[in-house]
Amino acid sequence: MNMESIKVEGTPKTPEIALDGNAGTLLISGRSIPENSVEFYAKVLSWLDAYSETPCPKTILDVKLEYFNTSSSKCLLDVFKRLEGLKKGGADVHIRWFYEEDDEDMLEAGEDYDSIIDLDFEMCVMEEQ
Amino acid sequence: MLRAKTNFVYQAQRTLGNIDVFGIYDRLEKENIMLSFKGYLSEELLNSILAIIEEKMTHFNAEAKTKKRVYNVLVECLQNLYHHSMADGEKKEQSIIVMIVHHAEGYSVITGNMISTQDVENLQTHIRQINSMDPEQLKELYRQVLNNGSYSSKGGGGLGIIDIARRSGEKLDYGFVPVDEFNSFFSLNVKIPK
Repeated sequence: MNMESIKVEGTPKTPEIALDGNAGTLLISGRSIPENSVEFYAKVLSWLDAYSETPCPKTILDVKLEYFNTSSSKCLLDVFKRLEGLKKGGADVHIRWFYEEDDEDMLEAGEDYDSIIDLDFEMCVMEEQ
Repeated sequence: MLRAKTNFVYQAQRTLGNIDVFGIYDRLEKENIMLSFKGYLSEELLNSILAIIEEKMTHFNAEAKTKKRVYNVLVECLQNLYHHSMADGEKKEQSIIVMIVHHAEGYSVITGNMISTQDVENLQTHIRQINSMDPEQLKELYRQVLNNGSYSSKGGGGLGIIDIARRSGEKLDYGFVPVDEFNSFFSLNVKIPK
């Protein structure tokens, strides 16, 4: 397996992205509130398409978002649907959805995805930074 | 500190040109308006408004959860206005109004913009439907639209107002004003209780 890794620095409106195809560890972290999310997530989705051809036996995605807008919510759903496809193909896929302890809205957002996607979302309280 | 009275007598002048400067200041002050902008909303300006409000709110004594809700609602409202002014792929450079209010009961994000009069009926039906729902029904509607909804090329697509209503937890306050043969002014007040 010789999958290219992707690292994108976070900005005030777009999240940090770290996709490691050799380790099977994926990270989306920070703020996702761009005006045009489709454009931003296109590279993540095409990376996942390539990764899905020869995935690691185990894939872990950590989602650690402080804010995301509704423009990003469909893109995140597309990311989770790619991973759902991986699981259907027999791979072990795990999603950890992080939220700050008092942020019940972010917890509920994770539950929204958990209800739609056939993957287990582990709800994790974010460590104080 | 009160200054000593002066014997100097001057003429009160609150209106300059046609503009009642003191009147506008006094209204903004009495209505607890943290920020008010009227004009064309560029992406740069949208970013600046978000940064200003985020910075101002760090000084307020409110729960982190409430501040996040205000920020989220503001993002959705501003991006709705921004995308609306970019409809049909070209900038219409239409002017909008946005106000952020901080009062004893909480916060309000108030927006106003011109829409085509033929869109009023659909928008009104959409908001009435949202206002008729309890939180559990709103959650179901959000999940349904997220999963099945069709989306514009920018993403979003019908989720914005549902998300705003969920975070507010209050009924959306809104109104329309006929402006001319083709256009109507749409105003929205989203309340975020403390």
